[in-house]
Amino acid sequence: MTGSAEKQQPLTDNLSQAGVGVGISDLAKHFGSLPVLANVNLDIRPGEFVAIVGHSGCGKSTLLRLVSGLDVPSHGRIEVNGRLVVDQVPEARIMFQDPRLLPWRRVLDNVGIGRRGDWKPAAMEALDQVGLASRTRDWPAILSGGQRQRVSLARALVSHPKLLLLDEPLGALDALTRLDMQRLIEGVWNRQRFTAILVTHDVSEAVALADRVVVLERGVASVVHKIDRPRPRIRGDVYLSEIEGEILSRLLERK
Amino acid sequence: MSLHLRSIIRTALPWSVPAGALLLWQAASHFQWISPHVIPNPSDVLKAGVRTAASGELLRHIGVSTARAAAGFVLGGSIGFVFGLLNGVSDTASRLLNSTFQMIRNVPHLALIPLFILWFGIDERVKVYLVALGVFFPIYLNTYHGARTVDTGLIEMGRVYGLNRAELFRQVIFPGALPSILVGVRFALGITWLTLVVAETIAASSGIGYMTMNAREFLQTDVVVLGILIYALLGKLADSATRWLEKRCLAWHPAFASSGEEMS
Repeated sequence: MTGSAEKQQPLTDNLSQAGVGVGISDLAKHFGSLPVLANVNLDIRPGEFVAIVGHSGCGKSTLLRLVSGLDVPSHGRIEVNGRLVVDQVPEARIMFQDPRLLPWRRVLDNVGIGRRGDWKPAAMEALDQVGLASRTRDWPAILSGGQRQRVSLARALVSHPKLLLLDEPLGALDALTRLDMQRLIEGVWNRQRFTAILVTHDVSEAVALADRVVVLERGVASVVHKIDRPRPRIRGDVYLSEIEGEILSRLLERK
Repeated sequence: MSLHLRSIIRTALPWSVPAGALLLWQAASHFQWISPHVIPNPSDVLKAGVRTAASGELLRHIGVSTARAAAGFVLGGSIGFVFGLLNGVSDTASRLLNSTFQMIRNVPHLALIPLFILWFGIDERVKVYLVALGVFFPIYLNTYHGARTVDTGLIEMGRVYGLNRAELFRQVIFPGALPSILVGVRFALGITWLTLVVAETIAASSGIGYMTMNAREFLQTDVVVLGILIYALLGKLADSATRWLEKRCLAWHPAFASSGEEMS
């Protein structure tokens, strides 16, 4: 368990240095006697967009929490940017399933949470990116679900994270809003080139956004699909549908 | 225009019942339905008010009572606030102290008046400490409850977004607990005046309570009623002040947003 095999390869394609590499080796996590993850191995290159799909309760979210340093692995190791994760990872930001905005702070102040110095211009810019520049003075309570999630995306982006962890952030949104948000996330990723790990149970979402889709089954990362398709991807593309079908049938037959 | 009229009626409506009661009262004493020894004429009460105000006596008693209420409230409230937050945030502190507080809470604090008089005589401390003891519990309980029930998702978010302990407290835990704390403040203000009425009628040589007890000795029912009304007025003022505070501090809360009028 030296972790030496996880050294990042030099970049060859269009991925820039904005992201950090993530190396996961022999990772296991159990809560009491309940095993959640068993022996996960995964290497993520800087700037790569990886999606993790699986049944609910398969340990997807746990994996994200471990990568961010919110939880401690029972076994194995995680490295972010070549450093062992022991505590909160400063270059990582999480977008949660629920927006988790502070109801007592206006939209702009929510985006600027934890920022120091003159953060307001950057927060304005982030809100502009998600199309909410006109709502800076509003309370979160009066925003719609989709708008709140966009504020939470702006909050994640304002610090220019090198690693963005997306924990089913679109799961609670309606279908159209979800498509909008997917496009938004893809656009931002395209510009900033951070490393992104998206946990989702929506296989079509995973296939549309990710460079690689990892299927997590019974605590093990079983199959990895490389999605080699130009962006923005067209919904209903035959190639994508094929992969989607493959992943779905695999998930369903194992049930 | 009818909208304007409606808004006037809306504002006037809460006052119509007290005004009606006052008229009925005046009529009852005017036509001698009730003896003035049972309850004085409202105009006599007003005269008593003017008389005592002119001599400076009224203002002095009000000042003394208000100072006691404020001192006791600040003393008991700040102790309750500190322990409420401490126990709300720290499991160890809560295990150590919470059950003790819950036990003491079940002692009616007014039952301690004889003991307090034995300890402190009838000087200022009796009143201030009694009020403080009465105020401690509602503030403690509501602060504790508020700090305990802050959304853990928000705390986790704060950690991920790089807040240190002090920032986490100031930006997440305290504002999250504030609605509950303000409920405690309102309860506590009620208890403040209640405690003061009792303490001042039993163990005092100044204050509104003393003024009414003294007037009773001379059968001055008008002054007695005046004292009661002043207590009511002071209580109402304190309540309005908290409500104003709630509106200011909880503007983000849908229930307190500017259109949310008069709830209790």
